[in-house]
Order: sequence, then structure tokens, then C-alpha cells
Amino acid sequence: MAKKKVILTFPPALIEEPVTYNLIKNYDCKINILKATVRPKEKGRLVIELNGSKEAVSRGLNYLKEIGIQVEPLAQEVRYLKDRCAHCTACIPHCPTDALSLDREEMKVSFHGERCIICEACLPVCAYKAMEIQF
Amino acid sequence: MGKTIAEINEKIKKGKAVVVTAEEIIDLVKTKGTKKASQEVDVVTTGTFSPMCSSGAYFNIKQPIPRMKIGGGRAYFNNVPVYTGFAAADVLLGANALPDDDPRNAVYPGQFLYGGAHVLEALVGGKRIVYTAFAYGTDCYPLKKREESLALKDFNDAVLFNPRNGYQNYNVAVNLSDKIIYTYMGVLRPRSGNANYCSAGQLSPLLNDPLYRTIGIGTRLFLGGGVGYDCWPGTQQNPAVPRGKNKVPRGAAGTLGVIGDLKSMSSQWLRGVSFTGYGTTLAVGLGVPIPILDEEMVVFTSVRDEDIWTRVVDYSHDYPQGTGKVLGEVNYGALKSGKIHFLNKDIPTGGLSSYLKAREVAETLKKWILKGKFYLTDPVAPLPSS
Repeated sequence: MAKKKVILTFPPALIEEPVTYNLIKNYDCKINILKATVRPKEKGRLVIELNGSKEAVSRGLNYLKEIGIQVEPLAQEVRYLKDRCAHCTACIPHCPTDALSLDREEMKVSFHGERCIICEACLPVCAYKAMEIQF
Repeated sequence: MGKTIAEINEKIKKGKAVVVTAEEIIDLVKTKGTKKASQEVDVVTTGTFSPMCSSGAYFNIKQPIPRMKIGGGRAYFNNVPVYTGFAAADVLLGANALPDDDPRNAVYPGQFLYGGAHVLEALVGGKRIVYTAFAYGTDCYPLKKREESLALKDFNDAVLFNPRNGYQNYNVAVNLSDKIIYTYMGVLRPRSGNANYCSAGQLSPLLNDPLYRTIGIGTRLFLGGGVGYDCWPGTQQNPAVPRGKNKVPRGAAGTLGVIGDLKSMSSQWLRGVSFTGYGTTLAVGLGVPIPILDEEMVVFTSVRDEDIWTRVVDYSHDYPQGTGKVLGEVNYGALKSGKIHFLNKDIPTGGLSSYLKAREVAETLKKWILKGKFYLTDPVAPLPSS
């Protein structure tokens, strides 16, 4: 089984292309849409996680490249700057996946990158700028 | 039989004082009762670390040659304007000051990445800042323009001066509207998506001395990592807030005006922060030692989060429009559990005040006293209590 997070950048001509439908129907990939930005006639950007057999994921990625979509691996995600964090806990109610979690005995915040879905909800919330996004 | 501060200081000098934090006293009272605890314990230390907007510092700048008069002119620290209404060389920098060209909320919500508070953190952290100044020139102070790199040690004086710190309790903020809002109480999700609170609760200085019996003008305290003093009642001091049977106010009440030598402080305890859509502010570490003069002081300092109640206010309409409407009350035990059951739903909570760091302040102050490095003071004048 393979799991891959990628950033897809759509040229204006391809914004209407139903890629998630095709990936699921024709390439047997489970798709998790992490983030979508579509400005009609301008640009489209999708951050998705493809889940499936190694072959299915590989063929799915090739399909995307072949039709002209720019595919970049999601290498680094959201960074938690431990030294800047003041453990105020303002971020906790905003994180949908408990990637930012709180030990309520110690009242200490910690970040679990593997749970992060790069929804970016924490970025404007952290007043100490301890959360940073890197693509 | 009660104790006096002078007696407690004698014990500190001899290394015999019994000092506990405002959390430790809670457990002590559970096992020994208030009477025994009041006989055994001499000082209870409190602490908080939170954004405190009404903060700043004043500086005296060494005169250049030829001399320069800043008063009535314009001056900047790293492009952040400082107030130049005091004499030739005294300037005042506020935590919320922003560079002239900061876009603020022009593209909403603004990020407010750099302001007076960040300059303060940089200076205290040993960094140099660029000082630019423009003066109209006089016969005795002819210089009209100056630009120089300065570090904290280059100033004759650098004094942290915070007109309103250490709020005794505060609101809990929710957002009843359909749109996300950006406030000084943080980012509030629509339809009461989250409830934000801002208090150290059972560790908070004024919540441990609710009637201001021992904390007043002249009280020596932990401020920004150094030693400071209460110099005046904080602005907006309002003791007339309804109180519970335990005398603890059920809403924002007293405040402290505090002062201290900036050169003795640390960037661990003075942090510049950026509230999206709102502005910059200074997060301050503050802690007050409370002398256990009698049993009543033990009762006060052993207050628990569950016994401290506060008001839930809507910040989308009621707060900005000053309606005074209170949606209900919750206690800090519930708030710190991560979820309050309010308005018929479970609302996740977020804090703006760091309890972890509040503990560290209380512990640090405790260590200072036990080591004989910190003595308590008798207030020279009380905070208004009615």
C-alpha cells in the first residue's frame, strides 16, 4: 500500500478537469483532499493524499503529469517552533486532528506532525508565531 | 495569632521561611486544614504569563554631540514610533505601537508581525535596534537628525512601565455570529465554535488576594524575569464587580500598575506577540508573593479553579457594541478541562494565558525567597477596594 501527499497546480485550461473523480474511478486511488484553492479561469491548487496500491498511486500520478498538471511532493509540512511556543493553548480548539495536543496535567502543548493535515487553521491563531508553514 | 510581614522577612533572612506556590497550598489545606496551614506557611507565591496590552517602557537616551532635543520631535525604534512628549531625552515606547507603514487591517485580517512589544523583546534579548530621530532644533539643542544603533545597555535608563497588568479575572469570549472574528481574545470561530479564556485562575496574583489585603502600592513582585513593584492601581481597577461567597470577583475586577528596571529582565518573560486582526502586544511574566498573615489569607490563597467563576460574553456583537450582556457563567475548572457545556452544546476552550509558564513564575519567585534573595514589602498605600 502506498500513501502520498502531493500539491497539484492546475493551469487555467485544466481547472475543469475532474481529476479527483478520475483518480478514484479510473486509477483506483482513495483521495483525501487536504486543501483546495480554485479561482475560476485563473488557477487551481489542490493538496491531496493518494492512498492505494503502489501501482495505482504511481499510475494515478502519471495520469496527472501526462495531462499537464504540475505535481509536487508535499515534502515539509507545518513546522512547530518549540522555542517560540509559550504553551498558552489558544491553538488547541482550532486543530481538527489533535496534531496540536495538550497534556492537561502539565498544561504543555505538543505537535504531532503525522496527524497534521495542513489545514493551516493554527497559523493565524498562534500569537507567538510558533507555527510555520513550509511547502 | 497573626504574623507580620516584618516577622516573615526575618524568617526569610534566617532561611527558615516556609514558602509554597498557590497550587501547593491547595493540597496542603486538604491534608492539614486552614488553621494549621496558616501557622506553618509564611508565603504563598502566585504567577501568571499572559498578553498584557497596557505595557511599555520609557527610556532616557544618552545625549549625542551636538546635543539634541527629542521632545516635540519624532523618533523611532526600528521604525516603531516612540512618544516624544517628555523633555529632551526621555521617550516612551508602547507595546501596541506599530510602524507607520504597517498595513494594519487594510487587507483583513492584518498580521501585525512587528510592533513596540517586539522591540521590547529584542532589546531585553540583547539585540540592537535602529534609533532614528528628527528634532526641530534649538539654540541649546542644535542637532536635527540622528540615526544610531543602540542596545539596551546604551540607554541611561530603561524602565518597564505597565499601566494595567495582572487583571483580576477576565471574560470568556465566544462568537455568536456566522463569521470568524479576530479579537484581542484571539481567533473566535462562528456559532460559538470555541470559547477563549485569559487567566491563570488559581495561580493568578489578584485572585489569591481578592480583597487586596496584602497587595498594594509598593508591593515588590516578579516582573519580566526581574524584580518590580506595584506603583499605582492599574487603570480600570474596578473592585465593585459582584463577588462569590469566597469574595472572589465573578468578572474582571482589580488591576495592577507595575514598574521595574528593564535591564534586569529577560526575553523569556517579556515576549512580543501578534494577534491576527487585532495588533501587537506584550506577554508579561508577573508573580506576586502573598504573606500568610492569618488564617483568612490561607483561605484566600487556597482558592481552586473550580471556585473561580467568570462571565461568558459574545465578542461578535455584545462586546463591540457595549451592550453589557452576559451569556452566563463558567468556572476555570471547567474551562481548563478543554470543554464547557454551554448554550446547549459542548464548546472547546482555548487559553491565552500560559498556565505552564504561570507555574514557572510562581516556582521561580518561591526559589528567590527561599534563597533569601527576595524580601516582601508592606504596601505603602492600598489598592482601592470599594
